[in-house]
Amino acid sequence: MDLRYSKADEKFRSELRAWLEQAVSSHGSAPPQNDWQARRDWDTRWQRRLYDAGYAGIHWPREYGGRDATLTEQLVYYEEIARAHAPYIGVNFVGMLHGGPTLICEGTEQQKAEHVPRILKGEEIWCQGFSEPAAGSDLANLQTRAVRDGDVYRVTGHKIWTSFAQVADFCELLVRTNPDAPKHKGISWLIMPMDLPGIEIRPLATIMGESDFSEVFLEDVQIPVENLVGQENDGWRVTNVTLRFERGTAFASEMYQLREFLAQLVGVAKRVTRHGAPAWEDRVLRREVGHLQADLDALWAMVKLSVSETAQTGVPGVGASAIKLYYTELYQRICEFGLRVLGRAALARDDVGALPNHEVLYRTLQSLSLTIAAGTSQIQRNIISERILGLPREPR
Amino acid sequence: MDFRVTEDQQALQEGIRSFCAGRVSHEQLRALEPVGGFERGLWTALAELGVFSLRQPEQEGGVGLGNAEAVLVFEELGRAVVPGPLLWSHLAAGRVEGAAQGACVVGGLDLFDAAAGPTLVEHLESLDVLLLLRPDGVARIDPAALEAHRVETPLDPLTPVWEVAALPAGVRIGDAEDARGIRLEGAALAAAMLLGMAEECVTLATAYARQREQFNRPIGSFQSIKHILADTFVRQEAARAAVYAAGATLDDPLVGDPGRAVSVAKAIAGDAAWRNARACIQVHGGMGYTWEVPVHYYLKRAWVLEQVFGTTEEHADTLAEHVADAVA
Repeated sequence: MDLRYSKADEKFRSELRAWLEQAVSSHGSAPPQNDWQARRDWDTRWQRRLYDAGYAGIHWPREYGGRDATLTEQLVYYEEIARAHAPYIGVNFVGMLHGGPTLICEGTEQQKAEHVPRILKGEEIWCQGFSEPAAGSDLANLQTRAVRDGDVYRVTGHKIWTSFAQVADFCELLVRTNPDAPKHKGISWLIMPMDLPGIEIRPLATIMGESDFSEVFLEDVQIPVENLVGQENDGWRVTNVTLRFERGTAFASEMYQLREFLAQLVGVAKRVTRHGAPAWEDRVLRREVGHLQADLDALWAMVKLSVSETAQTGVPGVGASAIKLYYTELYQRICEFGLRVLGRAALARDDVGALPNHEVLYRTLQSLSLTIAAGTSQIQRNIISERILGLPREPR
Repeated sequence: MDFRVTEDQQALQEGIRSFCAGRVSHEQLRALEPVGGFERGLWTALAELGVFSLRQPEQEGGVGLGNAEAVLVFEELGRAVVPGPLLWSHLAAGRVEGAAQGACVVGGLDLFDAAAGPTLVEHLESLDVLLLLRPDGVARIDPAALEAHRVETPLDPLTPVWEVAALPAGVRIGDAEDARGIRLEGAALAAAMLLGMAEECVTLATAYARQREQFNRPIGSFQSIKHILADTFVRQEAARAAVYAAGATLDDPLVGDPGRAVSVAKAIAGDAAWRNARACIQVHGGMGYTWEVPVHYYLKRAWVLEQVFGTTEEHADTLAEHVADAVA
């Protein structure tokens, strides 16, 4: 039960911190959310700088150019990235965290050689074509049809919630290649170049009014057969192999920032007035901050415990569901606290009266996605109760 | 950093767990009700296990372990809702002669919030020594000399209480810093017991949900029940991490602020024990409302432990000050 970082971890931390100090300050400020070309440029330039400094692919194997860092080093990495307010992974998200790792595990030598180094250097951007209007929590129910025709698959269907579609070069696409097999057994994983004819992208405005994700319509898109990753009809398993890359450090940066955010809200509470006194003098409000901080500290301890356990077994615990559930719901509670600190001022999404309205409202609205994306809170509760507590499974 | 419980620590924990399974089963708890949760033979056995001498140096006859091990031991004692003035006797080891060996049964009163009367002393008739913890120091008094009357119906049938009219100053055995230190360690160990209780409530409720059938299905197959249980599991896991972090931080203050870590543990584990006991009762349905199933012991003890070494609210207030101090 040792919480002390090793000398090697501390050395890693101080080198990274020193590098981040100069790299972040010289990278400039982030472009507007809706300017996708500028965002791509900004995020990929950052990815290239990480690559040149030896910090790209912190969790990737060394033979693919990654750093193959220990889980503890990864935790340090995400802490330091957050502490330095470094650019987040941005448009490199799908390639670095899902597409790339999938190719490393399941791709052919040619597929790996063509894509993996380019993803790592920020030269190739990926998006994800998994969800469909009728395949959300029940992803295996996806209906996008791929029919083999000589050297190509002819693909027709409708994907949704596709982030980065406007700027992506490739899409990791799940399609149904065998409609007669049980639903998990007829799915294939394809690399779809986004410049093929028949692809139509329709941006969806989020609750924030921004085009963070899109619908992608596929009309007889012809994808070369050599773009199949893994075996035909084995796509469900291929999709899940990357889980071995995801070991509970995924939210570490955001958790660190959330702690800073709560402290920032306390600063606001000291400045704003309620009932003729600083809001911070309201005992109820202060106590709420105490409860939120207790949860934040407990969450961080959970991450450390999970990382330590995973480092030993090599298998990510199902406990990741507990962390995801706790983290996302806590995030929303902190945002709602922030809204109440702003009070009527929160009618404005832009900063007014020297208050951080933009950040509070951006986080508050965006936080609503956290309990929906990547497995809803309800799905997480099913996973915990069935896979950990051993309760009878839902009919599937 | 390796935050896992080590193999030695696991073995220690399993030893306590199997002792409790043999000596403090739910049936045996029921048998302890008429004697107010205290029985000399059980006390001696706990002492022989090292529950009280755990953190005393080996050269003084103790086990020589730290707070990290102590929280694991008290987690198990909580899991079995072992009754008696366990926390105070453990904290008194090395300060009151005979406490470590179980020869002297020590109880205590946390008087940091002195205005919070009436004064109720737990387990009074079983005590040889009563410690008084005040912000300015620690004192011991002779419980036999107190004018006290027994409360006929205590909340927890295994934690009898006496109302005491007036407390003497007592013999001073520690200064303000000692008092703060005892209270901090006490809060960590109370949190550990609350953690064990929160965990056992998950186990009891899950077992019942798998076995109890309605509408021709185990009730645990319904999402309405599953999601209650999933939430109890999340609270248990948060409490486990927080309590272990408190133990580790008390042993090695270089990894964090022990006061802060302990406040987190007490607040999170207190909440987890109470809410998990509530959930466990709800999942048990009508049976949960009876004296027949042991769940009520957990709910009632959770309140007893909530009320010592700082309530959840007090620790939340402390944490708020920690955050505020860091903000200009």
